[in-house]
Amino acid sequence: MDTIQLAHGSGGLENQQLIRELFFAAFDNPMLAACEDAALIEGGRFAVSTDSFTVSPLFFPGGDIGKLAVAGTLNDVAMRGARPQHLTVAFIIEEGLKVNTLASIVLSMKDELSISGAQVIAGDTKVVPRGAIDQLMINTTGFGAIVSDCNTRRIAAGDHLIISGNIARHGACIFAAREEIAIKGLTSDCCTLWPAIAPLLHAGLGIHAMRDATRGGISAVLNEWAQQTGLCLNIRQDDIPVSSEVRGFAEILGIDPYVLACEGVFILAVAPQDSTAVIDLLRHHGHPQATLVGTVGMAQQQPAVLLHSAYGTRRRMEYPSGEILPRIC
Amino acid sequence: MQAADILLQMVRSNDAIRAFAEHIKIEAAQLKKPLRIMEVCGGHTHAILQYGLDQLLPGTIKLVHGPGCPVCVLPQHRIDAAINLAQRPDTILVTLGDMIRVPGSRGVSLQQTRATGADVRYLYSPLDCLAIAADNPQKTVIYVAIGFETTTPMTALLLEQAHSRQLDNLLVHSNHVLVPQAMELILAAGGAVDAFIAPGHVSVMAGAKQYHILAEKYHAPVVVSGFEPVDLLDAVLRIIHQVNTGMATVDNAYSRFVKTTGNRKAQQLVDKYFEPHDDFLWRGIGRIPGSALKLRSAYGERDAEVQCPESCPAPTEEQRGNCLCGSILMGLAQPTDCPLFAGGCTPQNPQGSCMVSNEGACAAYYKYRRDW
Repeated sequence: MDTIQLAHGSGGLENQQLIRELFFAAFDNPMLAACEDAALIEGGRFAVSTDSFTVSPLFFPGGDIGKLAVAGTLNDVAMRGARPQHLTVAFIIEEGLKVNTLASIVLSMKDELSISGAQVIAGDTKVVPRGAIDQLMINTTGFGAIVSDCNTRRIAAGDHLIISGNIARHGACIFAAREEIAIKGLTSDCCTLWPAIAPLLHAGLGIHAMRDATRGGISAVLNEWAQQTGLCLNIRQDDIPVSSEVRGFAEILGIDPYVLACEGVFILAVAPQDSTAVIDLLRHHGHPQATLVGTVGMAQQQPAVLLHSAYGTRRRMEYPSGEILPRIC
Repeated sequence: MQAADILLQMVRSNDAIRAFAEHIKIEAAQLKKPLRIMEVCGGHTHAILQYGLDQLLPGTIKLVHGPGCPVCVLPQHRIDAAINLAQRPDTILVTLGDMIRVPGSRGVSLQQTRATGADVRYLYSPLDCLAIAADNPQKTVIYVAIGFETTTPMTALLLEQAHSRQLDNLLVHSNHVLVPQAMELILAAGGAVDAFIAPGHVSVMAGAKQYHILAEKYHAPVVVSGFEPVDLLDAVLRIIHQVNTGMATVDNAYSRFVKTTGNRKAQQLVDKYFEPHDDFLWRGIGRIPGSALKLRSAYGERDAEVQCPESCPAPTEEQRGNCLCGSILMGLAQPTDCPLFAGGCTPQNPQGSCMVSNEGACAAYYKYRRDW
């Protein structure tokens, strides 16, 4: 690792290596080492998370960089079981960006904030010379009050695994837009998840852990859970919700939909007796494709995510690695 | 529902998969000796492991994996050439996706070369090179072409259109290879393979006819297959049936796309621009006569090897150490037989050609089942 490559930021193995060998080594402390989407502060009363957003194109079917920057960070806060309340925003702007482009992004952020009721409480603006970045980057940091602490350490053998909706839509949509491949009906799933999380937390159900499947897709989340818990996750392949547009797109390019990013889909590990109630609540609150996809098994020699087919075979779901590239033929 | 969707559901149906697996067990019980079937194509290898199809077969049927991954068989000196070309001043190097992550002999990939400042791009359609060349008239755009018979016609079409649009700044570095020559090498060596599952996409272009001489000469059944689970199980069943009835012929189990004659227009276009390469090394295997294609000398002004000879090192055989890739590509060993597999050799730190590309057999085993 002597030069940073795109793979170091793609949510896979190389990304993990960079984080562990450089950042964790330098900033080591117990809160950071917990490796959750959001850290707890103030004696566990508040959750905080930060994220930077860069996306090409800035506007895509189903959203834009502003919506993404608000929903993405507030979702990370909500995944910890916290109600999103505050957001700081930093804009890094390339010289030459049209003001009305920026204005429509800011309006989109305002609309997205209204969904959770969170407010922007601090911000920063930097303008960099033309060519220093690609149009616009946004960093947001979110704060929320803990309702019920959800974290990876609570995942136990026997837990049910639920996916909240059709996977890989954001990743497929951005990839298609970038490659100028038109796929009818393919839109990003980018959305604020708090309206679906709030009823779950307030119903007092056994929600052990939640993770939104952003960079690295459901494969990154499930493999991180397997690694962090030392358990084996068993997934029924046919039950993973994938839309026909995404399935077709992924097959044409030879890309695994499990490693493509979602921006409005999350995975839950829940107490088995509560999984039906959780799915019902999710389906009633804007996530009609929420599905039980598998269970947490016992510890194996090597923790792994196993995909089981309906005809009796099994295979690993691999941790994402490298840049996502289309196959040759 | 569209007809194509119904067809796709059929070739992926769980019931059909179970029924074919059952039928294979019954038919295989009649075999007089164990049967080794090689799928030549890397896409087939991945489909078999992805769907776990080998787990459905009886112990008497062994699937062995062939040399049909174009990135895997590309020797390091040709990757070095691509990297050297990318580092030339005022150059944009363009290639197909998987090619950019493979390290050359100095341990550096095109991806890493891009990170240090070279303009390296990947694309899905080679014809996208036309727009890049038109938009950058001051630069030389070099397309590093790779692939079997499937992708060669697109490179030929690129050459045709570059010529008609007078895009003089577009060059091609050809690494196109041919399937039947590799199949013949494996059959001639003997001992590894009793029958072939022939590649689907290659056969769409080249036609099922190109395997007849092999089936006849070596008395080996050849069945052309698609990439869905039922396609592959159907191909296995047809092979067992041939063996049980003493036949050895070419059968087309992918007739929804593959014709006996293939795509004539594509073949003519390829023939116009390409001729056999006499000195092409296959990584892990060595020289196979007439197994690759280079630009005809009449198109030397488009050939990166002719225009930039100082960037293209001469063919050199590689030291392989403990790596079993050569044996794996010849069907003589399985990835899990290799002492380096998943220990000293991983996709992040590949030692051999079958691990470097996503389409390689070792990469497929590592990805789908490295724990058992």
